Amino acid sequence: MRQNNDITIGASAAWPICLGYIPIGLAFGVLARKAGLTPLQIGMMSVFVFAGSSQFIAVSMLADGVSAIAIILTTFMVNLRHLLMSSSLAVFFKGEDRKKLSLFAYGVTDESFAVNLARLRDGEWNLNRSLVVNQMANAAWLASTVIGGFGGQFIPEKAFGIDYALIAMFICLLVFQFRGRRYVITAMIAGILAVIFSLLIPGNSYIILASVIAATIGLIFRKYLT
Amino acid sequence: MKDYLILMAGMGLVTFLPRWFPLFFLSNREIPKLLIEWLDLIPAAILSALLIPALVVGGEPKVMAFKPELLASIPTFLFALKTKSLGGTVVVGMALYWLIGKGHLPFFGL
Repeated sequence: MRQNNDITIGASAAWPICLGYIPIGLAFGVLARKAGLTPLQIGMMSVFVFAGSSQFIAVSMLADGVSAIAIILTTFMVNLRHLLMSSSLAVFFKGEDRKKLSLFAYGVTDESFAVNLARLRDGEWNLNRSLVVNQMANAAWLASTVIGGFGGQFIPEKAFGIDYALIAMFICLLVFQFRGRRYVITAMIAGILAVIFSLLIPGNSYIILASVIAATIGLIFRKYLT
Repeated sequence: MKDYLILMAGMGLVTFLPRWFPLFFLSNREIPKLLIEWLDLIPAAILSALLIPALVVGGEPKVMAFKPELLASIPTFLFALKTKSLGGTVVVGMALYWLIGKGHLPFFGL
């Protein structure tokens, strides 16, 4: 019964992620197909890697005939930011079963991180529910990428503003983080730095760089920011 | 297909390890207080670092641009502040973005 309950509650938290993954997953499937991958290969990548932006990059590198080592190294760089996210999540899972944590780690994405973290902070959340959020998101990602691979080009683009689902979700999740002046100021510093760095540095390392610097500034000045 | 499997294994491994390492090793030990305070600020920082460039940076090579994403974000943000509803914000944000794309918001001069 409790198990069932965790599944229902977890699923109800996961739907904005799933909705947001549909247009991106379809687009990925279409692109991957154009790059010469079969729907099976597309599905395999969504299962093995499960990381949207690095999958897009990998597919364009594959199409350009780039070596596997270069693709793997790029994937590592692009997904390194999850190290920070998993560290933040770890604080809430003290003493939890390590097998379950390993399974949970597989599904840590920008989106599941943000949704789970907001709920964990509120209290009434646990590892089982977090796991359900991750797996639901993974299932939606897998399904939409494979469907995109089969015939995504027939689905109208930009229908109902669905391209905006993830941005809107991040806006609200950021608002959830505003629990005091120091969080707002840290977020503002991170946002400004991210814009500057994204213009100066190729790739997406600006995310880690801006977050680390902003959180460090927030920590140093925390006495003045509370 | 064999090459592809090797590529998948490699990509999968380098994606999984950074996700797994802190959860596996940090969750079973005392984390220094300073690190906890730092990690406490990371979500606000990282969400903002993901979001803001998506609103104001576009194109290849990247430049700052006035995007419909930014226009839709202002009322979406206010709605989120007021309601604190994740689902509601997603639906309202999508509707606003859709209307802006269709040019149905002449008020904004689009």
